[in-house]
Amino acid sequence: MPMPGGGSIGQSRAAGHAARRPGHADPLPGAHPPAAGGLHVHIQAKSYADAGGRRREVLGETRFAGTGGEVLALLAPSGTGKTTILRIVLGLDRDFEGEIRLPQGRLGVMFQEPRLLPWLTVEANLRLVAGTDAREIPLLLAEVGLAGIETLHPKALSLGMARRVALVRALLGRPAMLVLDEPFASLDPKSASELAALLARAAHQQGALVLLSTHDLDPALGCADRLLVLAGTPALLAADWPTGAALRCAGAGAGRLFKQRLLSRFPFLGAEPATDGAP
Amino acid sequence: MIGSAARLRALSLAAFLGLWWGAALIAAKPALLPPPPAVLGFAWQAVLSGAMPRNIAITSLRVAAAFVVSMLVGSAVGYLAGRSRRADTLIDPWLVILLNLPVLVVVVLCYIWVGLNDVAAVLAVALVKVPTVMVTVREGARALDPGFDELAIVYRLPWRQRARRIVIPQLAPYLAAAGRSGLSITWKIVLIVELLGRPNGVGFALDELFQTFDVAGILAYGFAFAALMLLVEGLLLRPWENHANAWRR
Repeated sequence: MPMPGGGSIGQSRAAGHAARRPGHADPLPGAHPPAAGGLHVHIQAKSYADAGGRRREVLGETRFAGTGGEVLALLAPSGTGKTTILRIVLGLDRDFEGEIRLPQGRLGVMFQEPRLLPWLTVEANLRLVAGTDAREIPLLLAEVGLAGIETLHPKALSLGMARRVALVRALLGRPAMLVLDEPFASLDPKSASELAALLARAAHQQGALVLLSTHDLDPALGCADRLLVLAGTPALLAADWPTGAALRCAGAGAGRLFKQRLLSRFPFLGAEPATDGAP
Repeated sequence: MIGSAARLRALSLAAFLGLWWGAALIAAKPALLPPPPAVLGFAWQAVLSGAMPRNIAITSLRVAAAFVVSMLVGSAVGYLAGRSRRADTLIDPWLVILLNLPVLVVVVLCYIWVGLNDVAAVLAVALVKVPTVMVTVREGARALDPGFDELAIVYRLPWRQRARRIVIPQLAPYLAAAGRSGLSITWKIVLIVELLGRPNGVGFALDELFQTFDVAGILAYGFAFAALMLLVEGLLLRPWENHANAWRR
């Protein structure tokens, strides 16, 4: 099994949209070079100003790429910078050095909290992003076990239901790329594996590129084609390991072996996120 | 039950009328403190002659114009100040000046610079009212949830959708509060503006009645116009405010 230790993977420096501080390719459609296709993430450095005004570096050189049909799982303990990377990829944080290119097409996003608009019904929340084609809404709601809740307001939903509505919002309109921040958080193992299967379907059947962050190894192993492990302060990409079809076909034995090697290399992945902050 | 609160309210109102009537009887100077029937009689005559409806209509138009202008301008500037720190810093000194300038100074200067006309009258009222609308809406713009802005960015919502579905619903409680307090301030200022330089309207009528010390007339106009404004507030603005806040419950 190939296990490249370093963070960087082969990436073409295609003619593209270099961005240094303001830092991000414009999120409007049409702003990306049409030939780019996949996701290219190259973050050279990211720092925050702390209370005293000093810059504190949270991310070092971080480089990865992905194409449609792949599930990438950013794996790290909480507080390591996963959300920071996702925010940079989404264009919500432009204060960094580096270059991001997104696949062309629709973007589906699930934030850590549901972020449903409380003054709109579930259906209006979904229609807001669905554009003209809203026929998928009842189908997708049924798929996550929420058939018939269209007329409810988010206040009437439990947190778990609201998160599933947010998932439907991300899945609407066949996104070219799905970005999910801690989608498995606070899910029981069964729901987590159902969600993992659903995300794997979105990637493998609809050709979406799925980028998710998690501190939880098991559901990541259940759906990811590649594990991107973040570690250190400032965080670096410590591993970019394919798990992929080989692992899934080889059965439980191979899975256990892979997990053991992963844990022996990165023991912090086994620990529950009791401590906040880098290991 | 609607009963108990409404009954208390009616009782309190009746007590007010009784006190007034009693005081008028004791004072026994109907020119200085006319009893309620005298005020009602004046109002009836003024309605029949058409003077009171005409004056109230003209004043209502001025109130409406000044209200709309100050809500539009105050909301726009307040939103800007709430979203951008730089805009806020630029606007703040103007705000302090306007908030602390006596109403009378604004009115007189508007009449001197613009002329004794309705444009000056509406402008003066708007200048007095804009800062308070602005402060309220700025508070609302500062409280906008950045998470929903991010939602709009990643889902590439067009600005129209963003305004209608994301920004305005969050601002609505603040707009409603600004509107409600706005109306009550606006109509009181409009009367002063009319008294100082308009040939018609409730303020002008009050001025005339003051010249002749017609207390019954002053009370009749005062109560009639206040009742109309209470009606507008209760039938239009308060339901709107409730509607704007409905999703919070």
